[in-house]
Amino acid sequence: MAKRTKSKEDYYLASQWTLMARKLKKHKLAQVSFIILAVLYIGALFADFLAPYSLDEFDGLYRNSAPTEIYTIFNDEHVGPHVYKLAKTIDKKTFEVKLEPDLSEYYKIEWFVHGTEYKILGLFPCDLHLFGVGEGSNGGTGAKIFLFGADSLGRDIFSRVLLGARISLSIPFASAFISFFLGVAIGSISGYFGGVIDIIIQRIIEVIGAVPQIPLWMALSAAIPAGISTVKMYFYMTIILSFINWTGMARVVRGKFLSLKNEDYVMAARISGVSTWKIIWKHLVPGFMSYLIVSLTLGIPGSIVGETSMSYLGLGIKSPATSWGVLLQEASSVTDVAANPHKLIPIIFVTITVLAFNFLGDGMRDAADPYK
Amino acid sequence: MAKRSFGDSFKAFFQKDLVQYIIKRVLMFIPTILLISILVFFVIQLPPGDYVSAHIAALATEGELVDADYAASMRADYGLDLPVWQQYLKWVKGIIWTPTDSAYYRLYHSHHNWKYSFAYGRDVWSVVNDRLGLTIGVTAIIMLFQYLVSIPIAVYASTHQYSVGDYISAIIGFLGTAIPNFILAIVLMYLSYKWTGNANVGLFSQEMLQNGVHLYNFGDFLKRMIIPIIVIGTSGTCGIIRSVRAQMLDEVAQQYTLTARAKGVPEGKIIMKYCFRAAINPTVSGLGGVLSSLFSGSTVTALVLNMQIQGPVLYKALQSQDMYLAGAIVMIQAVLVVIGVLLSDIALAFLDPRIRYSGGNR
Repeated sequence: MAKRTKSKEDYYLASQWTLMARKLKKHKLAQVSFIILAVLYIGALFADFLAPYSLDEFDGLYRNSAPTEIYTIFNDEHVGPHVYKLAKTIDKKTFEVKLEPDLSEYYKIEWFVHGTEYKILGLFPCDLHLFGVGEGSNGGTGAKIFLFGADSLGRDIFSRVLLGARISLSIPFASAFISFFLGVAIGSISGYFGGVIDIIIQRIIEVIGAVPQIPLWMALSAAIPAGISTVKMYFYMTIILSFINWTGMARVVRGKFLSLKNEDYVMAARISGVSTWKIIWKHLVPGFMSYLIVSLTLGIPGSIVGETSMSYLGLGIKSPATSWGVLLQEASSVTDVAANPHKLIPIIFVTITVLAFNFLGDGMRDAADPYK
Repeated sequence: MAKRSFGDSFKAFFQKDLVQYIIKRVLMFIPTILLISILVFFVIQLPPGDYVSAHIAALATEGELVDADYAASMRADYGLDLPVWQQYLKWVKGIIWTPTDSAYYRLYHSHHNWKYSFAYGRDVWSVVNDRLGLTIGVTAIIMLFQYLVSIPIAVYASTHQYSVGDYISAIIGFLGTAIPNFILAIVLMYLSYKWTGNANVGLFSQEMLQNGVHLYNFGDFLKRMIIPIIVIGTSGTCGIIRSVRAQMLDEVAQQYTLTARAKGVPEGKIIMKYCFRAAINPTVSGLGGVLSSLFSGSTVTALVLNMQIQGPVLYKALQSQDMYLAGAIVMIQAVLVVIGVLLSDIALAFLDPRIRYSGGNR
């Protein structure tokens, strides 16, 4: 009995966030999604270390090659996971050039190999990679391990998926934050002051909402000057993606403001002389923060699709930098895909990420709803 | 109470308050269009440099040198030396009226002028017009498909809540929304190529382009519509299923449903005549949003599938920095969406008397 009162007391004393976390724990799909997203983001953060090759490493021999096969048995002897080097063979009858594994020597897959130099988190120089191919059994070199195969220039798709994730996963996040601040600022002005300002802002939001998203994003991307650095490109993309997303946020904020601004506690704050901005940020916004975070989460999948589509079309991130959209450029023609189905692998990552954000957002929406 | 037939509702359509409501909506339509035009003009102005310099650069690559005087006179011809607001007015004027001043008329002989498209060497309106009909047609077919598929599914899912069918519809709907359109297009194209040996790319075959679409090759045309319909259609289907299902569940739990059931109205009639009519309203009002997401989804998909609609034209225009053409396409799509919203508002007022009586303060 005492225990039960205790838990009841816990329930009544728990903050809004604790309650949300508790409800979220019941939503299994959202939890799994959260874990998947955490893995993806951590993977992107340590992409240099996890990827066996860097962005500009390539091997012309491996152009369009399928995922490297991993063997464990060499000459009836168990030697552990290893790969073979590819060698060109010419069919004597048809003169067709074929790539076949050279079975004369094996190359063991090793953990923590030294490779190209990079900086961990951009700070500490390091040349260790999680895994890679060691020396051959007869002292040969030059074997490669391409887990997801290679692209048309002989670059490792696995490494590029990891390195591209840094851009594909962070742009939507960054733009979500910009839309958050824009949305709260503009939505609160609209809701708090009302009147003519409200009407004008609402009309603008309506108009931006009426223009189809991707065409507008594409048209805005034309404003990006040609030949700029990747960092600037990244910056512009973030701005463009948040250009539309803030409107949803502003609408939520405005609605909440309209219902909250006449509450007693706001009136009390106003009478005791608290400044307008302080009322907005200290008293009103925390009251519906959970809704904002939910609508932020639900806005991210759209941005991921936006970034991927634009980079795919060559209007966004461009080579030599890479993102998932850039990787998918390789899969644009049917004949290419039919010959090299492994080029569709980045699709799996885009889909999983978008699904995970959707499920997480759904779970959070249910958790934030006090009536459920 | 007298039975209210369709004819009665039709008479109600012409009631005074409804006419007032429609007039009010149409009047509100005008400032929205104006704001859209300002937004589009802003987008057109964004790229660095104007299109005369782009044109001169293009001429220079062909070995033709242009002197500063010619550039200045060209700018004057196009009105690029004017202040921005005058350029905007001129642009709007070009959209609405036939240009009468001589420089305009010499440069592009056409009845409507949205300025000039460099990529196509024609005036923008004629380029847009080429594919407008097909774009609207394809979008309408996909939209029809969306509603025809999703509404029955939603009604089924709500009357069989937590059944296997309910879960399957939820999963399919969710996948359709989550997988980006163009990615689904690539995958389906690949599967179609693998299974049938034909990727079914493009809306028309070579033969159709020569002879036109007739009854005998209409089947082939429909076959080519399958992938676009699946790709673009499924993305919105989930949204409609979800909203109709949720609304239906709300309505089924209402007291009037219980009353109807208690007095012995057959279950099918309760669902179709009572609940469904009430549940369909939010879907009708969502028409504008659906249209917007269809345009959005079809743009990239059309590029992947090589469909002869506006998406690829927009892409080509952006690649060659042909901003007037790009702006015109974005503008047309936005205006179509706003018209969709307008129509859905009117349809909603027709369906739901409460809206026209309250003046439609949505």
